[in-house]
Amino acid sequence: MDATALLLSRLQFAFTISFHIIFPAFTIGLAAWLTLLEALHLSTGRQVYQVLFEFWLKIFGIAFGLGVVSGVVMGFQFGTNWSELSKMSGPIQGPLLSYETFTAFMLEASFFGILVFGRPRVHPCFYLFSAAMVALGTTLSAFWIMINNSWMQVPAGYVQQNGMFVPDDWLKIIFNPVAMVRFVHMLLAAYLSGAFCVAATGAWYMLRKTYQAEAQIMLRMGLFLAAVLVPAQLVFGHLVGDYVHQHQPAKFAAIEARWHDEQPAGEVIVAIPDATTESNRYEIKIPVLGSIIASMTTTSREVGLTSFPAEDRPPVLIPFLTFRLMVGCGLIMLVLAWLGSWRIMHHQIERSRWLLGSTFLSFPLPFVATLAGWYTAEVGRQPWVVYGMLRTARAMTPFLTADAALTTLVLFGAVYAFIFSFGIAFIYRLLRAGPGGTLAEVASGAMPNRPMSVADPEPLSPHGYPQAGE
Amino acid sequence: MVTFWVALLAISILVYLLLDGFDLGVGILFLLPNSEPRRRAMLGAIAPFWDGNETWLVVTGVILWGAFPVVYATVLSAFYLPVIFMLLGLILRGVAFEFRNKSQRSRWIWDLSFGGGSLVASFMQGAMVGALVQGLPIANGQYTGGTFGWFSTFSVLCGVGLCLGYALLGACWLVRKRGGIVRDVARAQVPVLATGVLAFLILVFSHALLQHLPILHRWIERPYLFVFPAIGVGAACVLASSILRHDDYWPFHMVSLIFVMAFGTLAVSFWPSMVPFAITIDEAAAPHASLAFMFWGEGLFIFPLMLVYVVTGFHVFRGKFDSAPGHY
Ligand code: HDD
Ligand code: HEM
Ligand code: HEM
Repeated sequence: MDATALLLSRLQFAFTISFHIIFPAFTIGLAAWLTLLEALHLSTGRQVYQVLFEFWLKIFGIAFGLGVVSGVVMGFQFGTNWSELSKMSGPIQGPLLSYETFTAFMLEASFFGILVFGRPRVHPCFYLFSAAMVALGTTLSAFWIMINNSWMQVPAGYVQQNGMFVPDDWLKIIFNPVAMVRFVHMLLAAYLSGAFCVAATGAWYMLRKTYQAEAQIMLRMGLFLAAVLVPAQLVFGHLVGDYVHQHQPAKFAAIEARWHDEQPAGEVIVAIPDATTESNRYEIKIPVLGSIIASMTTTSREVGLTSFPAEDRPPVLIPFLTFRLMVGCGLIMLVLAWLGSWRIMHHQIERSRWLLGSTFLSFPLPFVATLAGWYTAEVGRQPWVVYGMLRTARAMTPFLTADAALTTLVLFGAVYAFIFSFGIAFIYRLLRAGPGGTLAEVASGAMPNRPMSVADPEPLSPHGYPQAGE
Repeated sequence: MVTFWVALLAISILVYLLLDGFDLGVGILFLLPNSEPRRRAMLGAIAPFWDGNETWLVVTGVILWGAFPVVYATVLSAFYLPVIFMLLGLILRGVAFEFRNKSQRSRWIWDLSFGGGSLVASFMQGAMVGALVQGLPIANGQYTGGTFGWFSTFSVLCGVGLCLGYALLGACWLVRKRGGIVRDVARAQVPVLATGVLAFLILVFSHALLQHLPILHRWIERPYLFVFPAIGVGAACVLASSILRHDDYWPFHMVSLIFVMAFGTLAVSFWPSMVPFAITIDEAAAPHASLAFMFWGEGLFIFPLMLVYVVTGFHVFRGKFDSAPGHY
């Protein structure tokens, strides 16, 4: 076992999955919003909804495409870097991921083509149905992934045989209560990402005084939706925290930077946890609040990290900070969404330039919160990869060398940086051009299966190539 | 149950080989000197298909993980570098498809990453098959070959061979889907590529026979297995005659048939090992509870639906894509 190779593999997994999650977080929410727009268009007949739909469809195309290429990598990395894990948990994780591929990717792929090119060919109701199926596909994908990851966080419904985790009760695996609350928490995070991107675009146009009609709708829908979803997210965040408290006490103690058992426990607000001295520097702490948050009583006894053997403790600094980052982002979003909604209801939003400006700048918040949440969950799970059962160090491909791992990590970094910068540049250009922009038009030559083609300035038509230059 | 999943795995691999084969092949041919309109016509011929085709790689991967976890873990980790280079190639070529149209000054970068990505991905796939045929060094269920254990003259040869094979499929696809100069160039490429591929196939099988005598015994004991190579040879003859007759429809189907037969020949040669002579199907199979769970949902209901989807997709885009390529 090579310690450097282990570190590099962990970095590589963290890097590639962090890159990947940015796109699903966006497309899951956007797919649902597109469906809503199309439904509104059908029921009210207002043109503006269709304009918005066509506009966001192009952006959806690019994000979806980047999500697909980075996702294909994830499906193989378990085998390349974590062969011991894939061998041992393959009987459980393999079938779960295969259900994801079969149910979710199948729906996405089939109906995406109709969504992009089928409008002139199918009945409007069927078109709406297609949009809904794409949304369902992305949601199912998130569902299976969360089941999978939740099994690694809180293993259930299995027995150990011949060095393998063998499924014993699939119902326990799939309807794991932990998975259900985490799935909703993730889904809400994705919807919030969509909502804030839409609202930010609306605010941007309003500040630039272009596309006022569209901007109004985007701002309204985005902020109203967020005003409802953020509180819901905070409630589900609390429920997710409950499961951690119950099933992963060491992670919970790390999140709270609680080194010693306390009764009643305080809540550390600010600190720099220091593992060498097993204490916090620059600590600001509110007494008793920790017991209230964890157990809803003022007297409960809460476990500290020193109650666990040193080799079973997770790193403290990262979960502690990322958790606060996530909650902080959530609180800022709450303020923005409520203030903005209130201003809209009183028809004052056009005049609040600072509020429009902050809404415009707020679009990274849900993405930051999503990444921070995952870091809390995944780093807090250490040193286990299957909690309490399999250590991360034992999960790695035993003969992987540091050189090989370093080579691939550097290559992934280079290639992802390269395609990310171009992808973002294209999305930015589309957004800047706006819904009336002439950047793109969809040709009638239908062409499914090609996510990003929606955004092509001149689509590759299978029926001969358009001849016009760019 | 195990047999069912072996069959499904085989079907997925075959579907992947044939479908992604032709679009990777077009990508390889893309590297040859081509004018811009021709490049666009080549891309147009695979644009509607490539993404769906690639999904079959994921399908293959997850069936392998779910139904044969030991093989998934052993093979992917033994092929660490080739797998990751293949994935990087697939990423670069996937985004190049989309990005080249939006750029002018940087278009050459995307052309290069499209062709280069296709070439690297194909080569790595071939090299992995070659290394499997040759036999991976495995002791006590653990791969022992090190980072470059897959690398040998033979596996490099197989990498080149698969590139030729994909390029042949790609050329036949262009012949079938396009007209004008694109078709004529591709048609001229077919005989060259086909000769290369056949020579290479013969080489691989003789090598396999010489290296692993048990295979030879199997062929002698069960002569009826010779239908596989025989049909392949028949397909090669039809291919030759259809090229001579300037038929646009049959070459693609004949090359596909050759691919299927070559795959079949390999498979029956090594049956029942999954990783030749180290891991058998039964050793590799996941516990019954996993296989049954997959069978009653995705195997029985969703897999057929996915095949229907492929057929529908190709049906929608049947025939030649020619309305404009006259104006080169
Ligand atoms: C909560 C959401 C979520 C999370 C945590 C992940 N994914 Fe993902 N994935 C999606 C949500 C998603 C999606 C929304 O369904 C995508 C993004 C864009 C798309 O087309 O589908 C997708 C695409 C996608 C693809 C390409 C699908 C195709 O070929 O069409 C693969 C193979 C994976 N993912 C695999 C993984 C693996 C192995 C993950 C974990 C290690 C993972 N994803 C995390
Ligand atoms: C999509 C959001 C996700 C993010 C941002 C994320 C982030 C991370 C990070 C930062 C690590 C490294 C932790 C460490 O080593 O200290 C990690 C490890 C890991 N994660 Fe995730 N993860 C995500 C989802 C998933 C999912 C859905 C799965 C499984 C289905 C998964 C499986 C793993 C595995 C196997 C490791 C082991 C490697 C390790 O412990 O370093 N992750 N992840
Ligand atoms: C009061 C607010 C919040 C609380 C108390 C909270 C709580 C938590 C906790 C305890 C975890 C770790 C779960 C684990 O270890 O498995 C988590 C994960 C996560 N959080 Fe939050 N959260 C809050 C707000 C948010 C917001 C606003 C977002 C995004 C918009 C978000 C997105 C996520 C994501 C994506 C994960 C990782 C997935 C998972 O583990 O379920 N959270 N949250």
